[in-house]
Amino acid sequence: MDQENQDDAMSSETVTSSAPDIGVRGILRWAWRQLTSMRIALILLMLLGVAAIPGSLFPQRSQNPQKVDQYFNDYPSLAHWMDKFHLFSVYSSPWFSSIYLLLFISLIGCVLPRTFHHVRAIGKKPPLTPRNLDRMEGFRVIDHAGPEALAVAEKWFKQRRFRVRTTEDSISAEKGYGRETGNLLFHLSLILILVGVATGGLIGMKGEAIVNVGERFINTPTSYDTISYGKFQSEGSLVSFSLTATTFKATYNPITQQPTDYVLSTMVSHPIGSAPKPVTIRVNHPLTFGNTKIYLQANGYSPIVTVRDAAGVITFQGPTIFLPQDANLSSLGAIKVPDMTPQIGFIASFLPTASSSPSRGMFSSYPEVLDPKLVLSVWSGDLGLDSGNPQSVYSLNTSKLKKIGLKALTLGSSYTFGSGSITFDGWEPWVNLQIVDDPGKVYALLGAIAAILGLLISLFTRQRRIWIKVSNRVEMAGLAKNGIPGLDTDLDDLQKRIQESISGLPGSKREEE
Amino acid sequence: MSATSLAYFSNNTIYSCLAVFGLAFLAHAIEVSWSVKNLENEKKTEFDFGRTERSGRIGTAMMILGFLLLIVADTTRGFSAGRFPLGNMYEFSITGALTLTGAYLFSLKKYKIRWLGLPVSISVLLTLGTAIMVLYRPSAPLVPALKSPWLAIHVSAAIISGGVFLVANLVAAMYLWMERLELKGDRPAWAIKIPTLDELDQLSYRLIAFVFPLWTFAVIAGAIWAESAWGKYWGWDPKETWAFITWVAYAAYLHARVTVGWRGRRAAWLCIFAGSTFLFNYIYVNIWGTGLHTYSGL
Repeated sequence: MDQENQDDAMSSETVTSSAPDIGVRGILRWAWRQLTSMRIALILLMLLGVAAIPGSLFPQRSQNPQKVDQYFNDYPSLAHWMDKFHLFSVYSSPWFSSIYLLLFISLIGCVLPRTFHHVRAIGKKPPLTPRNLDRMEGFRVIDHAGPEALAVAEKWFKQRRFRVRTTEDSISAEKGYGRETGNLLFHLSLILILVGVATGGLIGMKGEAIVNVGERFINTPTSYDTISYGKFQSEGSLVSFSLTATTFKATYNPITQQPTDYVLSTMVSHPIGSAPKPVTIRVNHPLTFGNTKIYLQANGYSPIVTVRDAAGVITFQGPTIFLPQDANLSSLGAIKVPDMTPQIGFIASFLPTASSSPSRGMFSSYPEVLDPKLVLSVWSGDLGLDSGNPQSVYSLNTSKLKKIGLKALTLGSSYTFGSGSITFDGWEPWVNLQIVDDPGKVYALLGAIAAILGLLISLFTRQRRIWIKVSNRVEMAGLAKNGIPGLDTDLDDLQKRIQESISGLPGSKREEE
Repeated sequence: MSATSLAYFSNNTIYSCLAVFGLAFLAHAIEVSWSVKNLENEKKTEFDFGRTERSGRIGTAMMILGFLLLIVADTTRGFSAGRFPLGNMYEFSITGALTLTGAYLFSLKKYKIRWLGLPVSISVLLTLGTAIMVLYRPSAPLVPALKSPWLAIHVSAAIISGGVFLVANLVAAMYLWMERLELKGDRPAWAIKIPTLDELDQLSYRLIAFVFPLWTFAVIAGAIWAESAWGKYWGWDPKETWAFITWVAYAAYLHARVTVGWRGRRAAWLCIFAGSTFLFNYIYVNIWGTGLHTYSGL
């Protein structure tokens, strides 16, 4: 109804505007009216659902960049074409964005005028009683009742908090404005959620860092392995804190071998330089500084080795971060020793609980360190670190290297290769910290809560009108929005009340439609 | 009782449930098949449920018994693991069977829908059967990411919504079937007891309108939990994406119905489409899917 009024207003305006303007302005008006029409909104809504599908079928950069790379390796030409259509970053693609932006423009264009209309309707009286009540729902007649029925009805309406418009011979009553209020609240809240999401994308940051237990993480951009900022976020705006990972404890269920708990104990200085306080970080229990949260996201092992050259001088010593490959934390990594001639590199597997079988070779059979082994291959030659091309720290570029040995080391044992030796000294767990600053999520949460409230109000408020008219008899009827049940109950109740108040009179009859 | 014996007790109760729902299925099958009456003059058959009233009552009694046993099995499973029984696909399935039976029995009290007894008992049997044969995992504590009060809130909201969506789908499918029959002429005798087209249409709408806020809540609760467990409240994880698609589809359904005035066949198809996105999410993401929501252990 509101939409129609709006359309009327618009078309009359179009007529009065001057002739040359009709072309452009007319088209714009037409486009706007189309965009804010329910039909287009519905199509956009369906389109949004369909457009979301490809992102669940193809790997997405935002979730799993490695899988996208894998896809490019497996199907290079297809992936190239798919990438042109943003199929690996669907949810930030221009086509996906344009659908939801159009949908929200349509939503705003529809909801704002309705909101103004609804606000103006506050305190207004219900529409006049229609002339022919017998065309309405639940029409009924009480014979032999007169004007006194109006007073009874008015009392009944007031008790039930209907809005009432009384005339000499009739009452028009309406209840359930909350339906539209809830409806508008819901749609306005959706806009608030969008604002929250957008705020999180434009300001805020997100980064990840792997920290060995025992090491200190200082919250500066250089400490991160990956870090990305919102479009309008300055890079110097990180929360000032430092964190030392003191211990990390992972517990596993010995039967299912699944993890049951991860606990990271830390000493945190906030701001940097203040006295450190002990803090425990667990999954589902991030460390929080305002909008910034620090999550415990993943963990693994860093084997500690010592590498000596032929003369016995230490050329490398310390932990190296290895990446877990399976649920039992078989971990893969590369140890690079550039300060030897020729340069030496190791490709190694750390097996926390080493087992072997003829079919699988060496593997880890339990995620905790019970019987660790370091299985390594030794490579000699040029590590390629000076070529200028960035290299992964977890793998070795073997194009200019020659394999000179292979060995499985137990804890404390050494292996001597051509120009030196390596000793497996121990291990340390590492944790992956994810640090996120999202100032928009408060708005998104508020929007979400308000949206549910609005939905509940609008779906469970029954909007209905009831009319009562007195001549030589009493006529009653009503109208329920969307055919919601309960109108008859109301009418029955009101009828009963009127009959009781004028009891002694013969009963009424309900007319069949 | 120790955790292990509780878990065994739960398993045995599930087996008894299978037997009881088997009986319920049998009773409902007898109710339907024995009510077939050959009419003498014509080559037509007629259903006379009056003859099999007792069998139908036995079916309902078995459903109630099965429902109670499922409650026992589900809660003991929960106690044995020391948490809500929603940690893997096995537990999700038996809890799902419980809510489906509950939704049916609840509606049975309000509406005359005993005709749904046969499909409901088949669905429950299939769900429990797959749960035991394919999805069973020993009772164990949760992986760390699932250790949160949101598990109970998020998953139970999702599972209840799912149960109601499926019932709405059944009703919409029934609408389409009855409409086809009516287009050919009068309804055959066996279908006379099924509610009118208008009532079916209204029933599926009401179910959806009732449960849509709950589904919205399930999605939002998931987002709140994801924020504390995974570091972002919305990451377009496949399961999130499909939950969103389901939400959008039902939002479209409600708008089409309330604002554009879709009724009848078109609305029923849209309802079935929206329900299928939920089913697809349940099956695809849990079994073949990737992403963070894969706790099924498959």
